[in-house]
Amino acid sequence: MILYLMCFALFLVGLYGLLTKRDLIKIILSSAIMGYSTNLFLVLFGYRRDATYAILTPNNSGQAMVDPLPQALVLTSIVIELGITALLVALAIRLYQKYGTFDITKMRSLKG
Amino acid sequence: MPIESWLIYTLGIMLLGSIVALEIRDILSAIIAIGIVGLAVSAAFLFLQAPDLAIVQFLFEIFALVILVRAFIGKKAHADTLSIHKVYAFLVALALVAFFFLFTPVFRSLPPFGEPLLTTSSHYLTHGPQETGAANIVASIVLDYRAYDTMGEVTVLFTAILGALTVLRMSRQTQKGREPK
Repeated sequence: MILYLMCFALFLVGLYGLLTKRDLIKIILSSAIMGYSTNLFLVLFGYRRDATYAILTPNNSGQAMVDPLPQALVLTSIVIELGITALLVALAIRLYQKYGTFDITKMRSLKG
Repeated sequence: MPIESWLIYTLGIMLLGSIVALEIRDILSAIIAIGIVGLAVSAAFLFLQAPDLAIVQFLFEIFALVILVRAFIGKKAHADTLSIHKVYAFLVALALVAFFFLFTPVFRSLPPFGEPLLTTSSHYLTHGPQETGAANIVASIVLDYRAYDTMGEVTVLFTAILGALTVLRMSRQTQKGREPK
């Protein structure tokens, strides 16, 4: 319960940064924080007490294993997050070259 | 020490690191703080018995740090003040705190930590090795039971990287176009 709440608090910290920061770099970092907290929450949800990792080895045959399904889905989610971060960074660099700043309140003109 | 204490400790470091990353002025320090948060996630995955996830998260973190440092170091024109307005930031913080308390009962209705539902996963755990022949059950789900999901993920990744390369190449062309003037 307290772990879930701390994860949710981490998500809200990311959301706060996304809503209030002016710097594009901080906004990218905020989206990364939200991604971390979501991934961690899903894996927390699949943990089983006193269970081993979901890989069959001679050491842990017959023991209880943690839920492998959230782990498999989070594996894809982490990789997608890397792609999204790279895309956001590329867009930020492009905006910097156009406007000479990372401040989103100064990016007002729509001229080419 | 039980696993909850380790995880609470790790999550505390993550909360601290993310607040530092959002509030500090220096961009390099902010990126390093985000790296600490990501590596703490990797350690938490190790505590939660997810070794493949810990490796992938570690690699992701190093890549993201390299990309962020390479992209943003040396560009001086950051925002003068960090937040948009003091009043606006305060209102947003108040609303998010209200959100936190509003959604606390939702987490009470979830199954408690350490006792997952295991409805579909019990089939994967009992039949996975016989049906797919993979010793790593996470890999058997990613590459066998949910292979279409993985194909979609690869498509999304390809599209994102293609978009990033397109945006960057476009800027290089416009730079070349500007030089002769």
